[in-house]
Amino acid sequence: MTKWAGKSITRFEDLPLLRGEGRFTADLKAARYLRFVRSPVAAGVIEKCEAPEGVVMFTAADLAAVGKIQPMIRKFGYVPIAQPVLAEGVVRYTGEPVAAVVGESEELAEDFADSVWLEISPLPVCVTAEAALADGAQVIHPGMDSNVVVATEMATPGHAAAVAGARHKVAVSVRSRRQSALPMECRAGHAALDAATGRVTLTCTAQMPHLARTAIAALLGMDEADLRVVAPDVGGGFGQKMSLAAEYVVLVWAVRRLGGTIAWIEDRRENLMASFHSRDMDVRVEGAFDADGRFVALTGDVTANVGAYAPYPNTAAVEPLMSFTELPGPYDIKEYACAARGVVTNTCVSAPYRGVARPAITLAMERLMDKAAVVCGLDAAEIRRRNLVRKFPHVTPTGLVYDNASYVETMEMALKAAEITEFRRRQAEACAAGRYLGVGISVFCERTGYGSAAFAARGMDIQPGWENVEMRLDTEGVVTARIGASPHGQGLATTLAQIIADAVGIRPADVVVVHGDTDATPYGWGTFASRSLVISGGASLIAARKIHARLREVAAERLGVAADEIEMADGFAVVRATGARMSVAALSQFSGGIAAEGFYDPLGTFSNAAHVAFVEVDVETCLVRVEKFIVAEDAGRLINPMIVDGQIHGGVAQGIANALLEEIVYDETGNILTISLADFLAPTAHEIPAIRILHRETLSDATITGAKGLGEGGTIGAPAAVLNAVNDALRPLGVEVNEMPVSPRRLHAVLRGVS
Amino acid sequence: MKACSFSYHRPESVDSAVAMLAALAPAGGRVLAGGQSLVPMMAYRMAQPAHLIDVSRFAELQKIEAGPAGLRIGAGVRHAVLRRGAGGEMLAFVAGHIAHEPIRNRGTFGGSLANADPASEWCCVLAVLGGVVEARNAAGVREIPAAGFFAGVMSTALAEDELLTSVALPDLAGWRWGFYEVSRRAGDYALAMCLVAWRLEDGVMRGVRLGIGGAEAVPRRLPAAEAVLEGAAPGDAVFARAADAAAAGIDPMTDHNVGAAFRRDLARAAVRRALARAA
Repeated sequence: MTKWAGKSITRFEDLPLLRGEGRFTADLKAARYLRFVRSPVAAGVIEKCEAPEGVVMFTAADLAAVGKIQPMIRKFGYVPIAQPVLAEGVVRYTGEPVAAVVGESEELAEDFADSVWLEISPLPVCVTAEAALADGAQVIHPGMDSNVVVATEMATPGHAAAVAGARHKVAVSVRSRRQSALPMECRAGHAALDAATGRVTLTCTAQMPHLARTAIAALLGMDEADLRVVAPDVGGGFGQKMSLAAEYVVLVWAVRRLGGTIAWIEDRRENLMASFHSRDMDVRVEGAFDADGRFVALTGDVTANVGAYAPYPNTAAVEPLMSFTELPGPYDIKEYACAARGVVTNTCVSAPYRGVARPAITLAMERLMDKAAVVCGLDAAEIRRRNLVRKFPHVTPTGLVYDNASYVETMEMALKAAEITEFRRRQAEACAAGRYLGVGISVFCERTGYGSAAFAARGMDIQPGWENVEMRLDTEGVVTARIGASPHGQGLATTLAQIIADAVGIRPADVVVVHGDTDATPYGWGTFASRSLVISGGASLIAARKIHARLREVAAERLGVAADEIEMADGFAVVRATGARMSVAALSQFSGGIAAEGFYDPLGTFSNAAHVAFVEVDVETCLVRVEKFIVAEDAGRLINPMIVDGQIHGGVAQGIANALLEEIVYDETGNILTISLADFLAPTAHEIPAIRILHRETLSDATITGAKGLGEGGTIGAPAAVLNAVNDALRPLGVEVNEMPVSPRRLHAVLRGVS
Repeated sequence: MKACSFSYHRPESVDSAVAMLAALAPAGGRVLAGGQSLVPMMAYRMAQPAHLIDVSRFAELQKIEAGPAGLRIGAGVRHAVLRRGAGGEMLAFVAGHIAHEPIRNRGTFGGSLANADPASEWCCVLAVLGGVVEARNAAGVREIPAAGFFAGVMSTALAEDELLTSVALPDLAGWRWGFYEVSRRAGDYALAMCLVAWRLEDGVMRGVRLGIGGAEAVPRRLPAAEAVLEGAAPGDAVFARAADAAAAGIDPMTDHNVGAAFRRDLARAAVRRALARAA
């Protein structure tokens, strides 16, 4: 029964949040506050770190027994670099935590941190991947031969021959500049020690509370049972809060030492400087095409600047390896060669941020398609038409399996809505008047909802992927679902309620979803990689069906009919023929409630979309405006279309930001220049146009709810659409831009022919 | 990002504020008006005043009076009040470029001038229109003409014990004016701005005042550009020549986002577009 799936019911999460009744980590009062003393330089030897009399300060020496953060993958020659939770002997990036001080208020803690005398003698600095790869570059981690932390390459057997025999070869190099996820709420942790039991409760902004608990307990040599992690309302994560914060480890260590309650409330400067960065990448692609503009081969080369350490659990390999694995995108490419590497530098750690490597590789592929279109004498849509995968399941050269989808169909939907012919007329008129308008498209598929097999294939020691749901129907007819996913804005409590209501035969208002507290939920992997609806949704469906089946059995018995004569809806079991009925509550009372579990570990499913961006480029001021944006999207069955549209809006906004505005900048000494929202430019409502969204639902066997994930699609496709539009606008001027963000400075250099 | 400790003072009158400033300025005392520049700097600990003297509530400093010499605007007048038209159409238009509404509700006209950020719209207006700043300290009242007011980036002729109390701006009734600002996002600090005004007499531009802000360390009039326009009929060609003269004549501020050549191009664009709006 699908009475609730597909409906845009308003979210249960919203009213409390809008009324200011949300409970965020910083709302909890603490007796003491922790503040980190952070390295003011990018590389150096710590000579002295001294606090004045009366200031409580901890350094690495105090935390000698604490383990190092050292995520592992056992493939691709990955070097398991290790991060001390407080810098040990040397600092490796500006902002690295060197010491922690404690004060009775945040203000005092900051005063104490400012009073610490920190002396560091500088070491040579590598800020860019290029510098870190150069001959004679300073090797940043001891025991390594170079700064390459992971490297891999592959070539399909026929690749070289296919390239040699190609009619057309087109290449493009794109540069993706460093990003920050910029959650509205910075990171925070509140640790409380229960003196009687020795147990610590850590309330924190985590996307993976169970894994945080496992990891922190292991690093501190604690039993997991002695640590409870609670993720309350979390104000956005976008991946930044999935990676383990060294600061949480120090915080829990400190509360075990000092007792009581201690909180760490990260401020915006810290978050920009020293949380996690992302996608500082060079992607070069070369397409080899036949006379009809069809791919005969693709060659890729990816260099990712991964920062000074490795994020837990994904490792420093996550961006280069994802690029390597997913570069072909939605295109039917049989011969593929790629070399990818991750390079350590003296910058903040790079970790997954919504889309991870895909915004950069999609940019590369979509710029390639536009350029190849010109070389092959085809229109931008036609070359894609000839190359997009049409038959499913499709196996890529790297072994990914694309399930049933609609790559071509969504492109056609988007193009139709875009009315390109009419736009070309307007564009020509505007050009004659000295104004430069452009339109650009991007087409992509998005890997979502993948389970443990995918993580095992990556060679990760930590293999997230499955989800458990513990479900219980009580005697009042309310279902409580305890989940291991950890939503932080995705509306999962609402969408799961819709799935469960349909499957059991009750209403969404009769479903309570419990998440975020490791004491109250089964072990699970949290929320990231567009997985929660697919995997927790799938597990919820499995558990709910069991409860439904039991209810039907009891109802048949009690109403004296066969099980298949009963309908279940809105909290009642009704005999179809007679209308005789019993409430779900009453049925449940016969056994004092009904419990069931669901476990789901899918292989994964690929959603897809096409984006169209319309821009105007002001060639005098070098400013770019996005005038209009269209998304045609297919994520299988939509459980709550309004929530889906919300995800798309947010993702597209971040994608436009990536294309035009947001950039973390270091100077040549490794000093970070973008440390406030005056420097790191997030888009406002003025910069994001109305986004028109069209939907298609292609069902796939790869996901038992029929729903695919889609949370990252906006960020994956939007930058490419915007950059293609900018290049379309600039075509009459004979210049090209392949770097994002397209800042005014960059555009000025391109337009004035200066490099 | 918490401010360092400070003492907060709320004097009852302008006179007592001035006396307090005389006593406390040497001890790290500063004036707090709207706080929209100062407080964020305090949060970043880039400013660490030991004392704050709150002058934001004095009715005496919030008057706007038209007089024979022009318009006298109290230092405490909020940007939002000017945005709503209390100082006339031009100031209302310019005010719309200052940050965003919540900031305009708090920030003050005088505070912006005393802060002297090169990208301040009111600083550009003062420099171009040639107003007169009134400052008061324990010794009395002083008038500082616009031309002598700006000393450098975030630096004015005000002594540490002087309170900016009002500004007199000349009356532009009957003048044509145009203002254009280039910024990265709506409400951002200007990358370049231009204010221009002239009297149209017998079809030609007279008494031309043209100046830029956001492009150099201090806002100022550009005599070379004014000379191109003075006595000429408005038109695209003369506007383009004036814009070129402006671009060539500036000493551009540079940073990692804007180099010298780009700043000149931005100044050129701001000037040409301000002129087009005036015409």
